[in-house]
Amino acid sequence: MHRCQGAVPSDIEMKDVRMRWLLPVFLIASVCPVASPVWAAGKLTVYTYESFVAEWGPGPKVKKAFEAQCGCDLELIAVGDAVAMLTRLKIEGQSSPAEIVLGLDNNLVAEAKATGLFVPHPTGLSANTVPGGFSDEVFVPFDYGHFAVVYDSQVVKTPPTSLDELVNGDPEMKIAIQDPRTSTPGLGLLLWMKSVYGDKAGDAWSKLKGRVLTVSPDWSGAYALLTKGEAPMAFSYVTSPAYHRIAEGNDRYRAAAFSEGHYLQVEVAGMTNKGVANPLAGQFMEFMTSPAFQDIIPETNWMFPAGKTTSPLSQVWDELVKPAKTLVIAAGDVAANRKTWIDEWLTAMGR
Amino acid sequence: MANRHGSLNPGFAALGLLALVVGGAIAGLLIAAVGDPSGAAEAINGRLASVVSFTLLQSGLSTILSVGMALPLAIAFNRHGEFPGRVLLLRLFALPMALPAIVVALAILALFGRNGLLVNVMQWAGMGTSLNVYGLSGILLAHVFFNLPLAVRLLLAALATAPANHYRLASQFGMNERAIFRFVEWPVLAVTLPGVCLLVGTLCLTSFTIVLLLGGGPAATTLEVEIYQALRYDFDPARAALLVAIQLALVTVIGMIAGRGDVTGDTSVQAHRPARWMPPWLRLADFAIIAVASLFVLSPLVAILAAGLQADLVRLFGEASTRRAFVTSMFVGTCAAFLAVSMALALACARKSASKNAIRLAAIFDRVPYMVLAFPVSALGAGWFLLVYRMVDLDLFAVLLVILVNAVMALPFAYRFIRPVHDDARERHDRLCASLGIGGWNRWRLVDWPLQKAAIFSALAFACALSLGDLGVIILFGSDHVQTLPWLLFTRMGAYRTADAQGLALLLALLCLALMMLADRLAVDRPK
Amino acid sequence: MKLPALELRNISFSRPTGFRLKIDFTVFPGERVALMGASGSGKSTVTDLIAGFEQPDTGEILFSGRNMTAGVPSERPVSMLFQSDNLFGHLDAFSNVALGISPSMRLSKAEKNTVEQALEAVGLEEKGTRLPAALSGGERQRVAIARTLVRSKPVLLLDEPFASLGPALSAEMLKQVADLAITAHTAVVLVTHNLQEAQDFAPRVIFLDSGKIIFDGPVAQLRTRGGDAVQRYLGNAIRPAAS
Repeated sequence: MHRCQGAVPSDIEMKDVRMRWLLPVFLIASVCPVASPVWAAGKLTVYTYESFVAEWGPGPKVKKAFEAQCGCDLELIAVGDAVAMLTRLKIEGQSSPAEIVLGLDNNLVAEAKATGLFVPHPTGLSANTVPGGFSDEVFVPFDYGHFAVVYDSQVVKTPPTSLDELVNGDPEMKIAIQDPRTSTPGLGLLLWMKSVYGDKAGDAWSKLKGRVLTVSPDWSGAYALLTKGEAPMAFSYVTSPAYHRIAEGNDRYRAAAFSEGHYLQVEVAGMTNKGVANPLAGQFMEFMTSPAFQDIIPETNWMFPAGKTTSPLSQVWDELVKPAKTLVIAAGDVAANRKTWIDEWLTAMGR
Repeated sequence: MANRHGSLNPGFAALGLLALVVGGAIAGLLIAAVGDPSGAAEAINGRLASVVSFTLLQSGLSTILSVGMALPLAIAFNRHGEFPGRVLLLRLFALPMALPAIVVALAILALFGRNGLLVNVMQWAGMGTSLNVYGLSGILLAHVFFNLPLAVRLLLAALATAPANHYRLASQFGMNERAIFRFVEWPVLAVTLPGVCLLVGTLCLTSFTIVLLLGGGPAATTLEVEIYQALRYDFDPARAALLVAIQLALVTVIGMIAGRGDVTGDTSVQAHRPARWMPPWLRLADFAIIAVASLFVLSPLVAILAAGLQADLVRLFGEASTRRAFVTSMFVGTCAAFLAVSMALALACARKSASKNAIRLAAIFDRVPYMVLAFPVSALGAGWFLLVYRMVDLDLFAVLLVILVNAVMALPFAYRFIRPVHDDARERHDRLCASLGIGGWNRWRLVDWPLQKAAIFSALAFACALSLGDLGVIILFGSDHVQTLPWLLFTRMGAYRTADAQGLALLLALLCLALMMLADRLAVDRPK
Repeated sequence: MKLPALELRNISFSRPTGFRLKIDFTVFPGERVALMGASGSGKSTVTDLIAGFEQPDTGEILFSGRNMTAGVPSERPVSMLFQSDNLFGHLDAFSNVALGISPSMRLSKAEKNTVEQALEAVGLEEKGTRLPAALSGGERQRVAIARTLVRSKPVLLLDEPFASLGPALSAEMLKQVADLAITAHTAVVLVTHNLQEAQDFAPRVIFLDSGKIIFDGPVAQLRTRGGDAVQRYLGNAIRPAAS
């Protein structure tokens, strides 16, 4: 999943920067959420994470495909990384304009439901290809992937073969990770450590801390450190090397297979109670599980599609690391313990 | 009669606006804290202690390093009053002040990062490369880059107050350099030093962007960053309120310990010390210090330029989001600058009017602009955020608030530009204008505006540059709909779009530097 | 009997610093008075009270019989020359004089002629377009004198306006002012430290000590009748010509 900030499709075109007297006009236009054209057929407002709407991300294609189908306006609003998106929903409460929230993950669903903002999805949407299955009355999966440490094979000659090797390895071989308070991969690593070390996770973090180059607030920040040569390793997905092989034609960046198994992320979308009133919301949920949407996912979001695609995925996807075991902590447990576990992480990292 | 030569009312209006901005923020924090105090109670733990101690550690070290290195540098500059490039170098030392912190953070990464220029040079020279820019080292590097030049200019201004005749006496007595330092230079430095330390310490204590971007994680976190994270990461208003209270207490206590430092002297770059013979080793040492420090201050500027030029600038500046952010930034910067300068004028005018018969009132008008400097930006932003986030459309309010808070933050600097000029104009012309009956609009048009316009323009430019670089406020309110250049830069910084970020940094740096140079030039061209 | 141009009746004035002033005197049209006294004796306070920059605690100030104690400076029939900053540095000589006619500097053709004439009267007709910085010290004060001419007020206050010009030039300027005052029948009050200057300029001298008038009479009698305070102040300064 390649999350990058991109130009928002609803950007207001400006013809002449020199016309200074237009400043107030543009300002008003730029702060006015309803400034984008409202078509007669209606509009659907979707919150998602930032890299989803990047120019090379799935956003532009999804927008085009859905708008062609519904004859409406699809507004994709990018709100930081996915955990930050949940925080934003909590801040906004019932006044949130979001009708669909797309990009929360399996770890956050219980906490998201607790906000009381979400409603059960239309029936008949639960068929999916997620390993181990995923079914929820509110949230519908649209893609999935296992987390993994991705390394630069030109620098790292002997990659770690287990999470334990990562924790206890050479502190000079740095890794860039994400903040679990803002980023779903950050939370994923936290839960991975938790499911492997249990009560000893705090100590493990204290050891890993020496290898951490920096903690980025989002996935893209950490991954860019890897591709820019700042960090030899970054926390990402098993599927990340597919991007480099398909889009860039090289296999310099590889995912390390860990013997303890890999933690799974399932990305989901849900409809808010504001969205219930909008028939387009239900239509979008259906569209999301259809091949029209699923075809876009693999080579834009670089994750495994959660539904059926028109044609099979390319050979490369078969050659990716196959986790020996899938690790998952139940969403309810995550919701109950997230704060405690994050405090544990903060304490260990801050020491 | 206090009112005859100029009204106090605009001054009271300015005080009222300041009270509103600060009071609203405090109200927001209090309401949030009272509403659900559990977060605050939970926040009192070992981690809080380590955050507070890191905050103090980094600001203490930054101050010691900046001022400690500024001392020999200022003395070296003072010893050599006329070498080619001296004026240019000191002008250059004024630039870091104007550079947005986010731009500097990017430059520090481009220089000292694992893949940075310096590491490449070290590798080429066959030296080790165990440089880790994230954490305390990166924070210190950036803080010294900001504050070393500032401290040098302030100390140099202090040195300029040493009477030239004292140097002549020293020569007559045959004093060596050590004795000159002890009897002539140290006395004037000692007066200014606490004030300079206080200023640098406060700036580092409340530094946000640098710590956020270069801290590298929970190990190197300061209160200012914790406040932001309490709101944006965890949405725990009570904890944010508690953190703000601690931050305010820290700033106040440090202000009291350091006493009332006077750093309001003008930072003239003129040397007053007469040239004299010096042993060659000393000359060599002085120029070595100057060369190293100049290289240190210059290199991030070069890094910004070099990295920025690698970006696809034509495409970047052609993008609608860039242009929109540019327009929003210019709008915010211009409005904030106008507001700051209006408040500065109102306060300067009221102070002068009150100075004759209401000395205490005058002192209030005079000190208030500097008091806001101690109020953390995060506290203003966070307080207002908590006050309004459920009540109004955040996007709409964001612009207003970013303007307001930035205006308040730029006020002390605008006031410093305007007060001396205003006082001078008033002292010279109050009685003449009164006796000729030149008042109101006529006085503004014929006397006040022509005499003060240089200072007003230069204050405007400076305030605009400061506001343009703001990240501390916009980071709380920024969204898809409200994007300023630093916000856009921030959101693009990590991504695949490092090149874009560097291009934006170049644009932002050029804008701020142009405004700063304009401010500098206008201040110099002041009519006699 | 003609009305006094200026009358200070039972004026008292005090500052928070403890300084107290109590005075009472009258100046007739065409009369020239020198105001002397040590530093801090209250000379400048007296001119500030007359010009309206300060308000007395009690007492009245009358101009040609009209009580204007509470009048603002610009309403009073007074012109004043200060020690320095008589001109706006950013305005040329012509504009500086023109401000004496109209504070908005909108002048009719006739008024422009008046300004030209005033500049001519002080010998600066060629230099109307110059900024004060391009004029000599004496020329600058002459521009200020030209402005008092266009204002043609019955009272002229001079607060040591030529002190920085040196003895010869100062004397010459005072002579010029005296001539103009005689022609226009103006009452003039000159603040000065210089006995010679007082003697040359004014027949009458008022001597202040600690806010009180201790001598008011002909200059020639100041030394002999002024008492101890005058003696201490004058010291061995040149004795007045025996007459």
